[in-house]
Amino acid sequence: MTCSRRDFLKNAVGGSLVSSLPLSAFTLISQAEAAAALDEAKVRWAFLVDTTKCVGCGLCVKACKNENEIPYDAAVTRTWVERYVVTNDGKTHIDSPMGGRDGFTSDKIRDEEIDPDDIAKAFFVPKLCNQCDNPACVQVCPVGATYQTNDGIVLIDREWCIGCGYCIMACPYGVRFFHPEKKVADKCNFCYHRISKGMDPVCVENCSFGARRIANLRDPDDPVANIIRTERVSVLKDEYGTKPHVFYIGLDAEVR
Amino acid sequence: MKWHVLRPLWVAIGLVGSILVAQQFLVPDDFGVHGRNFTYGYHRLSNIQEWKDFPVKYRGRESCVECHEENVAKLNSSTHAPVECENCHGPSVNHPDDEEFLPLNKTRELCLRCHAFLEYPNSARGELLSIEDRRHKRRYECIKCHNPHDPKEDVEEEDSK
Repeated sequence: MTCSRRDFLKNAVGGSLVSSLPLSAFTLISQAEAAAALDEAKVRWAFLVDTTKCVGCGLCVKACKNENEIPYDAAVTRTWVERYVVTNDGKTHIDSPMGGRDGFTSDKIRDEEIDPDDIAKAFFVPKLCNQCDNPACVQVCPVGATYQTNDGIVLIDREWCIGCGYCIMACPYGVRFFHPEKKVADKCNFCYHRISKGMDPVCVENCSFGARRIANLRDPDDPVANIIRTERVSVLKDEYGTKPHVFYIGLDAEVR
Repeated sequence: MKWHVLRPLWVAIGLVGSILVAQQFLVPDDFGVHGRNFTYGYHRLSNIQEWKDFPVKYRGRESCVECHEENVAKLNSSTHAPVECENCHGPSVNHPDDEEFLPLNKTRELCLRCHAFLEYPNSARGELLSIEDRRHKRRYECIKCHNPHDPKEDVEEEDSK
C-alpha cells in the first residue's frame, strides 16, 4: 500500500467535492423562502405571571372557559389558579376548587379551617400551558396532531387528534386534558385566535390586577419581554429540560 | 414447492400496496414538516389558519365604548377602572345583533371574588378593601348600596329601595 503525495491530494480534493454534492441539495432554498422563514421568526410568544399581584378572583378562568368553549361545569380547564397557604408548623395547604373558576371566597381549604394567625405565607399561583421550546407532548404524539408553530405556540389539530391521551400523560405540567365534547386533547394556546389578531389573550384582558401579561420575546421594544430579560424571573420544573415559556415573578419553592 | 410459500408474500405486498394507495387519498396534501423539524413541526398546515379563525367572544372595552360611552367614562375614572366590563356583563360576542341584553351578573358572589376578606400576607389579596361575608349585610346584593361603576359614589335613594 503506497500512496504518493500527488495521489493523496487528488483523492482528498475529489472525495470532498463528491461528498459535498448531496449536501448542496439541502441548502438550496429560494430567497423568498428564506425571507419568509426569517419573518416568522420575528415572533416568539411568552407569558409573564406576577404571583404577587394575583388575588385569586378566578375571573381569568371564567373568561377562558367562555372564550375557548370549554364546558363550564366540567372539571377541566385550560388555565387555573392554585392557592398555597403555608402554616407556621411548615405544612403547605394547596387547593384549586374547579380550577379557581368561582374565585376563592372562603378561608377554608379542603374543608379544613385554618387559623389566620397561624399563616406564615399565603399566595395564589395562576397556571397555564408553558408553550415549551421542547414540548414533550408534541414528541409523543403518534399521528402528528399536535405541533409547534413558528411563533412558539403548541397547537392541537382537532381533526387529526385520535384522542389516545399520550400527550396528556407526557406533559410534566398537567396542562392537557381530554375535551369532553370534542373528544380530543385540549390545552391553552395563549388564545392563538386573539394574539394573532393583535389582541391580548382573554385571561390577560380580564385580569384586573396585571398579574398576567403576554410578551413577544423577539421584539426588543416589548415592555413585558424586557421584564423577562432584565428582572428576576423563574419557570416551573426547569429540570425537565422542556424550556417553558411562562415566566413567574415571586414563585415559591412550595410551588410545583 | 415454491407456490404455497409465495402466496402469503403476494398477500402481504398487496396489503402494503393498498395501504399506500389509501394513504394517498386520506392524508391531506398540506400534511408534512412545516415547523422547525420533524419532531415538532410535523402537522397539517391549514390547521394554523383554523385556529386563527376561532371566534373571539370577549371583545373588550374598546367595543363597549362605541355605544356606552358614558358608562365606560364613569368606570375609567373610578377605582374600578382596571375591571373589564365583560367580567360582570358577560362576553359581548353577539351583542347587540343577536343578543340585545347581556347576562349581567349582579350577584354577591361575583363581588366576593375580590372583596371577601382573606388575610394573606404575601398576596395582593390582603391589601384589597374587603368584607367578612358572614358579618356584612349577609343577604343583600352589594349593588343595593355600592355602584360597581363607581364604588366610591353613594347609590341614590330610589335605587336602594
